[in-house]
Amino acid sequence: MRQADDKVLLYGFGNPARGDDGLGPALVEAIAALALPGVRVDANYQLTVEDAAEMGHYQAVVFVDAATDGPSPFWFSRIDDSGVGRLGFSSHSVTPAEVVALARDLFGTKVAAYALGIRGHAFGEFDEGLSVPARDNLDQAVAFARKALAERRFEEYVQEFGYPAAGLGGSTWKA
Amino acid sequence: MSVAKRIVIEPVTRVEGHGKVTILLDENGKVVQARLHIVEFRGFERFIQGRPFWEVPVLVQRLCGICPVSHHLAAAKAMDRVVGGEKLTPTAEKMRRLMHYGQIYQSHALHFFHLSSPDLLFGFDADVGIRNVIGVAGKYPDLAVQAVMMRKYGQEIIKATAGKKIHGTGAIPGGINKNLSLAERDGLLKEVEQQIAWSKGAVKIAKDYTVENLTKLAPFGSFDSNHLSLVRSDGAMDLYDGNLRAIDAQGKVILDQVDCQKYLDFIAEEVRDWSYMKFPFIRSLGPDKGWYRVGPLARLNTATFIDTPLAEAARKEFVAVTSGKPNNVTMAYHWARMIELLHAMEKMQALLNDKDLQGKDLVVKGQRREVGIGLLEAPRGTLFHHYVVDKNDMIVAANLIVSTTNNNEPMNRAVAKVARDHLQGVEITEALLNHVEVAIRAYDPCLSCATHALGQMPLMLAVVDHRGQVLDEKSRG
Repeated sequence: MRQADDKVLLYGFGNPARGDDGLGPALVEAIAALALPGVRVDANYQLTVEDAAEMGHYQAVVFVDAATDGPSPFWFSRIDDSGVGRLGFSSHSVTPAEVVALARDLFGTKVAAYALGIRGHAFGEFDEGLSVPARDNLDQAVAFARKALAERRFEEYVQEFGYPAAGLGGSTWKA
Repeated sequence: MSVAKRIVIEPVTRVEGHGKVTILLDENGKVVQARLHIVEFRGFERFIQGRPFWEVPVLVQRLCGICPVSHHLAAAKAMDRVVGGEKLTPTAEKMRRLMHYGQIYQSHALHFFHLSSPDLLFGFDADVGIRNVIGVAGKYPDLAVQAVMMRKYGQEIIKATAGKKIHGTGAIPGGINKNLSLAERDGLLKEVEQQIAWSKGAVKIAKDYTVENLTKLAPFGSFDSNHLSLVRSDGAMDLYDGNLRAIDAQGKVILDQVDCQKYLDFIAEEVRDWSYMKFPFIRSLGPDKGWYRVGPLARLNTATFIDTPLAEAARKEFVAVTSGKPNNVTMAYHWARMIELLHAMEKMQALLNDKDLQGKDLVVKGQRREVGIGLLEAPRGTLFHHYVVDKNDMIVAANLIVSTTNNNEPMNRAVAKVARDHLQGVEITEALLNHVEVAIRAYDPCLSCATHALGQMPLMLAVVDHRGQVLDEKSRG
């Protein structure tokens, strides 16, 4: 196993030109402005396989994404990389669980990984900017993320804010 | 010019779309047609209208999380025309080319190793629980790591040339906004030899697989077709620039050295009531005979030669298999793709050693125009960007033909061929699902023009009789 740095990676993904799909990058932008110590931020349209090579640099990773379901304003779950299956038949992106599984299998990296899902409402057509309810959710998620990244009691947040959706592994998120 | 109709698909789904395939049977239960329904990007024309033209090369990257660089560069090429700056300075053109080859390299590496190699390494009919990238990581860890590092290298090239990983701003109308620093160059040069070696190895894997399994692969989802791509004025493969060339299945030239600015005189798009995606064709042949393939296979067929030595040697081996005639084997896309991967790496090696990349003359401008058309060879095939700009510098119309749209008819044909060969009765078997998957994947369709994929992209397959009644339906993914 690699020796991870004492850092947390906050990684938002989504397309800001797709309405509320941009919630992940929007949260990252807000947190980046705070320049929190020990926190690195990154954002992309979607996750890709090479993200797996970066996981070893971090003690924990929090993926931030817009959520189409689950409680408002946000939920926070542990990522379960066990039993990660196949990629879609032509999809070029990967899920957080697949990134974590590839990091484990290819680079011997075991990273504590979590998902912060911010409830969005308007997806689909090209449209820059967040919907009004998504903006409200974002504000509350930013406040939570700021506190969480300072305190780093991630497992406790899973208990408090986990999204126990059917088929998603209880409070873990198997994307 | 025609402006693409804005299409809204309900229910709006956040997942990047699904691949829905309908297999249509006639009264005798024989396959008459296969229809691949793909959710194409929506609302782009509305999004882009009223924007100043100089914003477009950045905005279009939001079309796609997979090939933003291709859209960035195609739009920049179109806007070069608008500002009268199409004759770029050597530094600008070489920086853009380096960016483009980086995109080709990372995209081809991802597709081959992470999406297709499981089919090749484990076999088409292997359990889908194993036939995936995680399965490759378990059984062939060195190959999987290599693939990640190849992909990463391409991304580093993009970052160094486009300025950042996403929303790159490198290409601007009439040029580029940065050159390559010596520190960036030296960092990238350190890995060149390793990347060349890996690329050669990738070509060998694809070639050996194709040649050893040719009897099985030759008929798989295959059919005769026209092929279209850009080529250089001397007929060489050129992924960044050139003129249009199209040949038929026997190699006879249909079009050659067609100026991209006149593409509408030669290419048209057919609308079919069952598909949101159009069907492009060569006007002179009409929609029934004028459809064509694009992408690596088409480019290997249309190019007279490749101007880098290792890829040219590989191309000669490729054309020898069909005795110099066009290769119409769908599964040969993979081999062709890896030859292009090697070509892109050789090009990057040459460019990184070119002092023009440290030049300071970055932008040119000339006579202002109202229409800008930019074409390039994206990883998946020819990409068309066409814009009209008013006197106030605002976009008033846009028309895009993306690579996957160009391959619309061929993908439908490939699925129909597989269905004819593998559908027994009306039941959708695991084997049929596997084969449909493999045939579509050969084209590397990019379906990410919608939102990113949270979760996975399901493949839905339905068999429908001549009355429209669904006889069987299955979903995977």
